[in-house]
This record gives sequence, structure tokens and C-alpha cells, in this order.
Amino acid sequence: MEFYHFTEFPWPHLPPDDTFTSMRVNLPSKVYDPVVGADLYNSYIDQYVLADELGINCMINEHHQTATCLSPSGPLQMAILARETKNARLCILGNPIANIADPIRCAEEMAMIDNISHGRLECGFVRGVPYELFSSNRNPTETAERLWESIDLIRKAWTSHDGPFNYEGKWIHKRQVNLWPRPYQQPHPPIWTTGGSSHAHACRTIENGFTFAMFLTPADRLAEMFNGVRDHCKTKGLPAPADDQFAYMPLVAVGETEEEARKMIEGVFWYVTHNKAELQFRAPPGYVETSLYAKVVTGQFTGGRTDAIRTQGIDFFKKNHVAIYGTPDSVVKQIKSLYRKVGGFGHLIAMLHAGDMSYELTAKSMTLFAKEVVPKIKHLGSISTGFGPLAERPKVKPKKKVKKKAKARA
Amino acid sequence: MPKNTTPRKHSAVEIIKTLGARIEVSRQGKGRPVLVLHSEDAYETGSTLIDTLAKKREVIQFNMPGYGKSSLPKNLRTIDDISYLYLDILDQLELKKVTILGFSVGAWLAAEMASKSCERIQKLVLTGALGVKFGGPYVRDIEDIYYHPREKVRELKFHDTNKDPDFDMTGYNTRQSLIVARRREVIAKFCWDPYFHNPALKTRLARISVPTLVVWGSNDGLTRPKYGRAYAKHIDGARFTEIPRAGHYPHVEQPGAFQRKIEKFIA
Repeated sequence: MEFYHFTEFPWPHLPPDDTFTSMRVNLPSKVYDPVVGADLYNSYIDQYVLADELGINCMINEHHQTATCLSPSGPLQMAILARETKNARLCILGNPIANIADPIRCAEEMAMIDNISHGRLECGFVRGVPYELFSSNRNPTETAERLWESIDLIRKAWTSHDGPFNYEGKWIHKRQVNLWPRPYQQPHPPIWTTGGSSHAHACRTIENGFTFAMFLTPADRLAEMFNGVRDHCKTKGLPAPADDQFAYMPLVAVGETEEEARKMIEGVFWYVTHNKAELQFRAPPGYVETSLYAKVVTGQFTGGRTDAIRTQGIDFFKKNHVAIYGTPDSVVKQIKSLYRKVGGFGHLIAMLHAGDMSYELTAKSMTLFAKEVVPKIKHLGSISTGFGPLAERPKVKPKKKVKKKAKARA
Repeated sequence: MPKNTTPRKHSAVEIIKTLGARIEVSRQGKGRPVLVLHSEDAYETGSTLIDTLAKKREVIQFNMPGYGKSSLPKNLRTIDDISYLYLDILDQLELKKVTILGFSVGAWLAAEMASKSCERIQKLVLTGALGVKFGGPYVRDIEDIYYHPREKVRELKFHDTNKDPDFDMTGYNTRQSLIVARRREVIAKFCWDPYFHNPALKTRLARISVPTLVVWGSNDGLTRPKYGRAYAKHIDGARFTEIPRAGHYPHVEQPGAFQRKIEKFIA
């Protein structure tokens, strides 16, 4: 299993909660203080440098017009980390290629980062959360199609090395595509996508040989999705996808004592309690399934699971493995339990920081995670034996079942 | 209650194939033809307005692609595209001297059609018409219905929000809810960007060569009367008229006043 550190670069100094309606889209930037923010940026980058030193990987992302995330460009962070880190895999989850103007520019930037980092790029492409459609002004009814058209074109551009080719598709037109530089990893960096409720999208990701990631999802939903994809592959007669095609991100905190871990996770939980957004930003027409949108427009949906879990508190999150926290031994147990419940996965992205957690507290949690937890579970998960579409890969050997008291391999 | 956009039984309904699409067309009444192009909320379909008009005329209604039984082919991307389907249907039905009553997005469609060919059109009545960008880049000509909460959008559209036929949808069953949701997805597909307008239409309005009446609710918050006046100014000889105590749908809020305003013009 591979492990990643994640912070969303939050702006934690918010006005009183009852003075604004949404963290996303319309929160005025006068709330942001650049003098304080400049230090925050550097502190967050320091977290990733520490992750590299601790032997774990980095995951970064981007959002727009929001205090939840001060990074409006994942590639910028990636460019810094490509130089500032030495060994960590650098995972971007992801490039919002359905929303940005030029997917080929994205392919170029990613190829450059792959070169500077000597092939450490894990390249995610995402449709983007619904709030992003207000900053990008991209039509919500188009983004699912645009995402896949862009992925296909980028993969073609990364793997074509004989001069320009023509591309005139549904959403993108380029008459002379000739990518410089080509990526460092051959034939191209690993590709990831993220998903929420779309089974079809998850299946397409896995069938293409990509990694499919889900965030902050209760274990039963995660199991339903991962196993649904596995069943789909079986039905289609495809080789079983290896565990490293599945990724998951929970909130994580590791303390020397349960009390300390609890204090840390309360810091990370800021992300959940402060992630409010007006309903219309969360469900523009055409973004969610028509059946769900029907409930939104008729007023029958007033907040749903996201709001419900926000009010349920940390214990509810722990029970569902959305928040994993405690002493190292406890965290090891929780991850193994989750691993069993969902039928296995190969990438654990640990959101170890949020809100106003200090660098020192975050660093302590990260260090315990990297030194006391990771060595005991890194053997988990089967590894892909090939690259490219699943149909063209050799079959993965059946993995051993993880026993409750499995001993860590040396 | 959301009216299913399938028109009433006593009218003749047919599906007309045109340019890869299937459009639901209904015809009711006898007399000179009046084509009604419904708004994005389709409040016109099955309304008393249609019945009143059908007493003296033949009322023809086209359901927009994705509404009712009309198909939504993937190649359709703009309101401009749809206007070609509608012009083709006028040809297929061999209609002559048609008066078009368009509402909101339907009025935009009517303007798109007439800017291309007035051959089969006699008059236009454009109510709360969208489709044109008059102001500069920093001017919000049309309020952003996707940005505001639903209560605010209702206030923008209605002078008296209690007159919104969709005021309370919490009791809608699955089928009714899906109809409303589907319509809004269709409108987002065609109108999200450029936002409820075709950048080419402003110049093309000069090609409209038939008498045109532009009708506006005095308290339309979605598109202010100023926008309506600009619309009329860009169409040669067009008249502009306002209906007091009405928002974006004056025919819904003030049906009597609306009838009186248009009756003389379309007579």
C-alpha cells in the first residue's frame, strides 16, 4: 500500500459562522489577509517536505473561490514539490480538465513536472466539484463528457512522438498537437480519477487501467462502489483489478494517546464542519443525476448526506472509517478493518491537516503515522502486474486474506 | 402542479421529424395560425391563454427538444440550432402568415427564427424575450438564476411570488419532479454559456421584417424593462409595451391585461 499526506491549504481565519452563507463561490476575499496567508502557504509546503523526509507521498489538489482551499492551481504546488521533495510520489487529484480551457497545456505542465521530479508524478484528472462550475463557468451538462474526451486526448498526446497530429473532437479542437516535453515515465504517468456516486465512471476508470479514488466516503458506500466495479470486471471477463487501482482518503490523526489523537482529529474535522455551501452551488442542473436533482428543485432535498454527516460528529465518522484516529496501534487496526470491509485498496491518502492546526501538531501526527502505522500495513494490497487497459493485462494472483491478527511482513 | 408538456387530448398531437430530431407539435382550434413557443418553465402549455386564443385561431405549439415527447439529439447545442428545426417544421406544415407568440426562451427562439427567415411569419409577439447581450462586459443583462437560492430566483421572476405556478413543489410525485428537473437540465444545456444569449443575435435582429410587439412586465427582475426596450429598438419598427404589477411572466400574473395588450396587435 502507498501512503500520501494531504492538506487542502485552508484559510482558517473566518468571520463568525452566522455572518456568511457559504465557504464556496461567494465568500469575499477581504476575509483573506495576504500577510498571514503568505506564511500559511509556506507552512503547508513544509508539511509536504516533511512527508517526503518521513518516506510518505504527497497528494495535492486545487479549488477556486473558496476559503477551504488556498490553492487555485494544483500544477503550481506540484512544480514546487517536484524540486522541494526527493523521493515522494507526487499525486495531483486532480487537474480539473473539464473546466480548464486547454487540456493540452495541462498535458505539457504535467509532463514537465514528471521530468523535473524524475518520474514521480501520479496524474489525476477530475470533473471537479459542482461549486467549481461557478468559477469556471463551464456548462454542468457537459463536464462528464469533457473530462473523458480530455483524458483520451492527453493520453494520446503523451504517447505520440512523431510530430503533430490532428484532433477535432466534440469539445476540443487542436489541429497541430505535438507535445513537448514528453513525460519522463513511459509510456506515460499513472492516471487517476475521482468519483462520487457514478458506477459507470468508476468502471470506465478501472477498465482503462487507471486508479480510482474516493474521498470521505462511509465504508459501506466505499465497499459498494469498489466491489461493484470488481463485479463489473468479472462480468465482462476482464482480469481482476489489483488493489492499487483503488484509493481512499479519510481524515487521519495519530497521537501518542487517544486523548491527543482526539485533539488532533478535532483540528482536521474543521474541514467537515466548515465546508458549508448554499444548496444551489452544490447541485447546478446537469451536474448530479436527474433523479437527485429532481429532489433539489422541488425542495424535497434540503441537505442530504453531506449535511447529515456534518451534524453527526466525529464518533459517527470514526464508526464509518471516514475519520481514522487514535494511537498507532488503534489506527493500524482501523485501517486493516476498513481494508477488509471494502475488499482491499492500494492507496491511502491521509488528510492529516485542516483548519488552524499548527505545523508542530500536524508534524507530530504525520510522524507517528509514517513511523508507527505505515510499516505495519504497507504490505497490504495487491499490485498491478501491467500497465494500460485492464483487458490487456495479465491476471493478478489472488491475494491472501488479511487475518485480524496478521503479522507485518519484514 | 407541473403540466406535463404533452398537450391536451382534444388537440391534434403529432411528432414531426426534422434534421435528426423529433419534435412534438400540437394543433388546436381553427383560423389563422398562431404559433406559441413556450418559456423555459412551460407555464403556457395547457394554460387558459391557449384555450382563449384557440377560440378564434388555430394554435400550434412546439415542445422544445427535451420537453414532453420531443427528443434531445446530442448534436443540438444552441437555441440557434433549435430555430432551424422550427423553421423546417413551418416548411413541412406549409404554414403561411404565422403569428408567433414567444415567451422568455421561447421568445428568443422566435427572434432567432425571424432573423433567419420571415417568409412564413406575419407578426411576432415577444414576451420577456431573452437571447441578446446589450450591455458591456461588466453589465449583468440577465440575472444569474443559477447563482441565487430558489426563493430569490422566484422574486426575480415574479411581482407577486404567490402567483408562481411552481410555488410549492414539495408535494410533487416522482414523475412530476422529474419533468421539472429534466426541463431545467435542458435549459442549462442550451443557456449556461453564453448565458441566455447568442452573441450573433443582436446584429441579426435587424433582419426581422415583420411587425413586432415586445411585451414586458414592469417588475421583471430577471431582465429589466430597459432590456426589453433595447430589444425593441434593435428590431425595425417594433413596439414596446409594459404590463404593470407583473414580473417576467406577465401572461401568468396579469392574464387579462396581457390578453388585451396583444389582442389588437394580433387581430
